[in-house]
Amino acid sequence: MTTYIARRLLLAVLVVWGVSVLTFVLAYMVPADPARVYAGSNATAQTVAHIRQQLGLNRPLPIQYVDYVNRALHGNFGISYKLQTPVLTAIMSRFPYSAVLALAGIFVELLIGIPIGILAAVKRGSWLDHSAMGMAMLGVSAPQFWLGLILLYSFGYVWPIFPLGLAQGPTSIVLPAVTIGLGGGVWYARILRSSMLDTLSQDYVRTARAKGIRKVAVVARHALPNAISPVVTMVGLDMAYFLGGIVVVESVFGWPGIGQLAYQAIQNDDIPLIMGTVLFASVIIVLVNIVTDVLYAFLNPRIVYD
Amino acid sequence: MRPRLMGRFVVALVVMLGLGLGGYHVASGSPAKASRLASQQPKYGGVLTQGFQNDLATLDPAIAYDWDNWPVVKMVFDGLLDYNSGTKIVPRIAARMPKVTDGGRVYTFSLRHNVHFTNGRLVTAADAAYTINRVLSPATKSPGASFYLDIKGAPQVVAGKAKTASGIKVLNKFTVQFTLIKPDVTFLNEMAMNFAYIVPKEVVQKEGANFGHKPVGTGPFIMKQWVPGQKIVFVRNPHYFIKGDPYLSGVTLEIGLNPSVALLRLQRGQLDMLGDPIPGPDFLSIKNNPKYKNMLVREVEPETSYIAMNTRMKPFNNVLVRRAINMAIDKRRIVQLLNGRGVVANQVLPPLMPGYNPHYKGYPYNPAAAKKLLAKAGYPHGFSTQLYTLNVDPQPRIAESFQADLQQIGVKASVVPLSQATIVQKAGTPGKVPMIWSGGLAWLQDFPDPSDFYGPILGCGSAVQGGWNWPFFCDRTIDAQANKLLGMNNRTKRLAGYRSMYNKVMQQAPWVPVDNDVKYVLHGPQVHGPYWAFVHNVHTFFYEHIWKS
Repeated sequence: MTTYIARRLLLAVLVVWGVSVLTFVLAYMVPADPARVYAGSNATAQTVAHIRQQLGLNRPLPIQYVDYVNRALHGNFGISYKLQTPVLTAIMSRFPYSAVLALAGIFVELLIGIPIGILAAVKRGSWLDHSAMGMAMLGVSAPQFWLGLILLYSFGYVWPIFPLGLAQGPTSIVLPAVTIGLGGGVWYARILRSSMLDTLSQDYVRTARAKGIRKVAVVARHALPNAISPVVTMVGLDMAYFLGGIVVVESVFGWPGIGQLAYQAIQNDDIPLIMGTVLFASVIIVLVNIVTDVLYAFLNPRIVYD
Repeated sequence: MRPRLMGRFVVALVVMLGLGLGGYHVASGSPAKASRLASQQPKYGGVLTQGFQNDLATLDPAIAYDWDNWPVVKMVFDGLLDYNSGTKIVPRIAARMPKVTDGGRVYTFSLRHNVHFTNGRLVTAADAAYTINRVLSPATKSPGASFYLDIKGAPQVVAGKAKTASGIKVLNKFTVQFTLIKPDVTFLNEMAMNFAYIVPKEVVQKEGANFGHKPVGTGPFIMKQWVPGQKIVFVRNPHYFIKGDPYLSGVTLEIGLNPSVALLRLQRGQLDMLGDPIPGPDFLSIKNNPKYKNMLVREVEPETSYIAMNTRMKPFNNVLVRRAINMAIDKRRIVQLLNGRGVVANQVLPPLMPGYNPHYKGYPYNPAAAKKLLAKAGYPHGFSTQLYTLNVDPQPRIAESFQADLQQIGVKASVVPLSQATIVQKAGTPGKVPMIWSGGLAWLQDFPDPSDFYGPILGCGSAVQGGWNWPFFCDRTIDAQANKLLGMNNRTKRLAGYRSMYNKVMQQAPWVPVDNDVKYVLHGPQVHGPYWAFVHNVHTFFYEHIWKS
């Protein structure tokens, strides 16, 4: 296991380095002038030229990249052109909000997905099964920005039960989390239903039923632990994706997470912040995937890594 | 005096007092504006909440250079000069307007003796000198340095060869003098810009790059808290040197609000004022709803949206072609496409700019005459070209309207929608872009002087790579006239000179001026103030003149 983790970490470094090169090249391939972004649209060409020189943007790209990597290894990801704040400070100030939203969203996904997935599998072919899968189709098809605005309008404006956007108080998390959870949860239900159907048809489950064990116990203690692996994979992937920022949901609700920060960075051609948020997201995704894979081995003793 | 006459007398007196107190300037009268001007006794107290989608960049006056930052910077800082309710420059930290000598080259400012920074220290002439030298210093990376290059010794500071400009002198504790290399009447406008807002040296040195997030100034408000991406909180400065200002006990800017959600919050009473424009889909319903009549403030913006034609690329190097294009565009349709958020433009300057010519007719909309002119230019069957535009709605739709207009006279223009960064980069590259619609990127004034609409966007010096002179227009005769007008002290003659100069520009027709955007600000019924406090020509929001009931 230790060898496996070490190998994955080494690969992770290569992946993050590759992402940094690709992002750097793409960011500078866009015909935007970072010095113009910094100086403002009304600045004269001479002012922009001065600022380009002061920011070191007139140096060859490979030298700028090496300088960037050198500073990044010392924890300095540069200053955001638009926010005039160190990039790392800007990202870390937003990370707790993305983390809370990610956890809340996944909680709602599991709250919706697991019961519905189990019921649909156990009551296969019934109206419950068909309704659940129909809802799953709707949930997966509904765009998040549409769902978010509908929820906000309904439960923040028409019936003002929850706050209208922003992160003001504990109830502010509910609508964004439900927006994420509704779409993801019904997807989890589909996956779990499929996995449960497969598990419920296994010999050991038939044996357990034949022994007279109650149906609830058969499902909960024999079937579910073996069927849950795909859901664990999805949770891991979702966690990795959400921690990097959920752009659409954060923008709709004004939730001050990394997604909103990244979106504004792209809108403003704020290259240091774009680099920072992309690198941060890639590190998170890589690390969470390693943790998820390691978790598999604990959940399922049959899985062994060399 | 009879009661009826007494009543009328009182109303007239109150209106006159209201006008006198605020120095109100009714730029374009309307019943809504008159009702705002009529007496409402301001109340002290209350916190104004305003919603913005994007976080502010910085509150460092030397760095902030966009119209979201500027009104907020003004909450915390003051300069030697400021504007009244309109475009007239008035003293602020300066005790009076500066003494101008040596043919307009030397400006001597006397400061008030009672202005303090919010850390308690008295403001002196040394602070004013430090402020401008700081803007010039390359270490500051200020985008405003170019405005002060006419000060003697300033180029040496910008080049890093000197620490201070030789033309900035502290004569005594409360007197500072600026010597220019040549007369420039816009120097007063430049000293009223945010770049010249006075900053305390010891705080700047202590905070370094973080000064923009921990600003200390002399302004009517003090920044109390900045939670990045969430809110910025300001409280009233109890020791502000202008007695009676501000009315509000605080201002809270809520950041990260989608404009549609901000509107819902305002309608629910959870927000006092929108900082961003009313969302497009909701605009007409808000504008046409009588409920919002007294909550909607309207003003023409100090900007002009135009089609630029590259005077160095065929066939737009032919003035007859450019005039023909001017006559082919139906500008009224564009105002309709904007849902009335614009007025037709027929010249370079916007209506509120000093020097604007209300009698100038411009090129008439006449496709038949345009076609004849095109034939005279040697293009009887028209030609093919490209029209670049920003790819954000409604600009592509507007560009398609131009496309249809041009088709009528035989010009086949393919629309090329691009992102902001791309289009700015391409438009500033010689020989790249034949035609560009500036919608969404139009030139918004730096200060209310007609020179600001020439030098940066039509002058020979700006027809360079990376410049904003997208037609790459350069007429040496007009340039010489523009330079002469910069040093002219007689305002009446000067403005007449600009009217003549811009007439000549329009004869050369590097642009098709299409519209001047109209700004609408929506606030709640509990928010009050003169209309110019919401749509000020220079500051946009003049927070110290807003109050809540």
